[in-house]
Amino acid sequence: MLQQQVRSPDYLFFEAEKKKHFLSGSEAVREAIRKANVDVAISYPITPQSESMHLVGDLFAEGYVKEYFRGENEFAVMSSVSGAAMAGVRVFTATGGPGTMRAFEMFPVWAGSRLPIVCAFLTRGINSPLTIQPDTIEMAFLLETGMLMLHAETAQDLHDMLLKAFIVAEKTEVHLPVGVFADGFFVTHTKEILQIPDADSKLPPYDPHCAPVPPMDMESVPVRQMRDPFVMKSNFISYAAHASWQQEIEAAQERSRKHLERYLGGLVETEHEDAEVLLITSGTAVSQSREAMRLCRQEGLSVGLVKIKSIRPFPSDELRRLAAGKYAVIVPELNRVGWLAKELKARVDDPRRVIGAPRVFGGMTMPAHLIVDEIRRVLQ
Amino acid sequence: MSTRIVSIAPAFEDVMPKEYKELVENGPYGKDYKVTDLGKYKELIEEHPLCAGCGLALSLRLVLGSLPSPEDTVIVGSTGCSALVFPQVGLHNVHSLFGNQNAVASGIKRALSLRFPDQVKDVVVVAGDGATADIGLDMVMQSWFRREKIATIMLDNEAYANTGGQESGMSMEGTVMNMAPKGKVFPKADLPKVAEAAGCAYVAAASPSRPGKLGKVVRRAILIAREVGPTYVQLLSPCPTNFKTKPSDTVVTIKAREKEKRFKQYEYISDDARSFLSALEDGKRSEGKQPEGKQS
Repeated sequence: MLQQQVRSPDYLFFEAEKKKHFLSGSEAVREAIRKANVDVAISYPITPQSESMHLVGDLFAEGYVKEYFRGENEFAVMSSVSGAAMAGVRVFTATGGPGTMRAFEMFPVWAGSRLPIVCAFLTRGINSPLTIQPDTIEMAFLLETGMLMLHAETAQDLHDMLLKAFIVAEKTEVHLPVGVFADGFFVTHTKEILQIPDADSKLPPYDPHCAPVPPMDMESVPVRQMRDPFVMKSNFISYAAHASWQQEIEAAQERSRKHLERYLGGLVETEHEDAEVLLITSGTAVSQSREAMRLCRQEGLSVGLVKIKSIRPFPSDELRRLAAGKYAVIVPELNRVGWLAKELKARVDDPRRVIGAPRVFGGMTMPAHLIVDEIRRVLQ
Repeated sequence: MSTRIVSIAPAFEDVMPKEYKELVENGPYGKDYKVTDLGKYKELIEEHPLCAGCGLALSLRLVLGSLPSPEDTVIVGSTGCSALVFPQVGLHNVHSLFGNQNAVASGIKRALSLRFPDQVKDVVVVAGDGATADIGLDMVMQSWFRREKIATIMLDNEAYANTGGQESGMSMEGTVMNMAPKGKVFPKADLPKVAEAAGCAYVAAASPSRPGKLGKVVRRAILIAREVGPTYVQLLSPCPTNFKTKPSDTVVTIKAREKEKRFKQYEYISDDARSFLSALEDGKRSEGKQPEGKQS
């Protein structure tokens, strides 16, 4: 194990010298967690996530992660990481597809308990019929769980977003879970050149006293929280307590915006945003859209691209502004339901201009020509 | 936790509730009270909303009166009647979801071991029979397989009582209940034997009909979990509301069950736990730390 020096987040994100590494997405997870000063990581196998948590296990064996074990199922894993987070340590886990569904009951609990858990969702299709192939449909289900949701396009994004996720999650005014999503196989199982800082630096440790709720460690006064059982009585104070707590979680999501803007350099990235037709999407659909944009622009078509990096909080104002006055907004997605197109339609001034296509799912790839065909169809 | 933390700033003395002041001035933190001391100090449990004659409330009061280090105990509960009480208990306590209590407790215990390597932090699961033997059984058993150093206490009222009296895996065979309209068709689950096979270092079945024995097994379970491995205690705690017995007859009900040989006290101690206990109970070994109230 390398001797690591604690450095500020700003140093690691913006100032440290970066070197080239040829890595898969799973290896990018390992390199992020190596520098993340994680206390407890808990794993459970599911394709295409498993390799990433094998590699985190290797980090435990080497000493970079203090505690690690394989849980018994995803619901239990998400419960155990919540216990560890409540007791005041930095935690990490990863899952995807059916694992996400198995664990689902815990995700609103994470946000409701204000736990700064970072979880990598390496997405895949959901049964039935049985599939292990790439698909982003699980993100549709997670939109309203209270967690922040970042969507990586590449292994580089996955590495960077994971490290930044810890720092944003742990801000006192935020203190919420962050899901970092990457499209399974396309990102996890392919290799690319990453620019990453050396592993001789690591993030500062988590400070449990930055939490807006006290850690469960019997080191602060164990007040009896209430005279009546909270939220379980049929009276207005119980309703109001629950309602205001939920609103506070929404407000905390909003307060994460400025931190994400700073660390991610904005919730969206644009190329040729003045074009007549905009491709707006997230994840690996961005890479395919970029290629489609290149092909179209060679033909003289006016096509631009918006990459959405943060799904929660959603960049509503940015997208409303970018979509205004466009001939068409095309939203390619790797899922059947078109959750991103729905999100956009609910926010832009003229939802009729938003085209929820092309969509591929069940493991299909999205060749750039599918997107080009859609652009040509719209422009005819 | 230093007992200095539990004190009241002079400026707030006149506005603090009476029962809170009593807890600060005469509570169990840092003391070494046992069941026989109940009535001499301000207990951790404040007025609670459970039914008159609730066996579970009685068990819980005795459990809280038997903790070896209340000032360093975190309780993990689960959904059920007992979840209505914990908001009024003067300990850090967690209610997460229905059935995941041992998974949550595993995370808490591991985290506290990292943060406080030289300090005792007892993590005690207190949950009902539905949470322990039905919906959460996989996570309960897996925590035993993994040899998590937590004590698991089941408050066994032999029903889903909080949801209106449905059959549980711990109900007696033949009992007619909601969701078992023709009577339960399989026997009460023998969880103590399961616990033994799953790797618990200590297993006991007891009831509040014998408070002294209950206090002893709870204390043993927590101390053994500290040093040796997982422990399990099952406390028969009848529910007068759903089984339509008189609230004043709860202990009578337990004694009748014992007489009919349909309930018996039980204790299993592994060899490791036995040598730990005999060292401890012979006074040869400290319990890991000296309670502040006992310092000479």
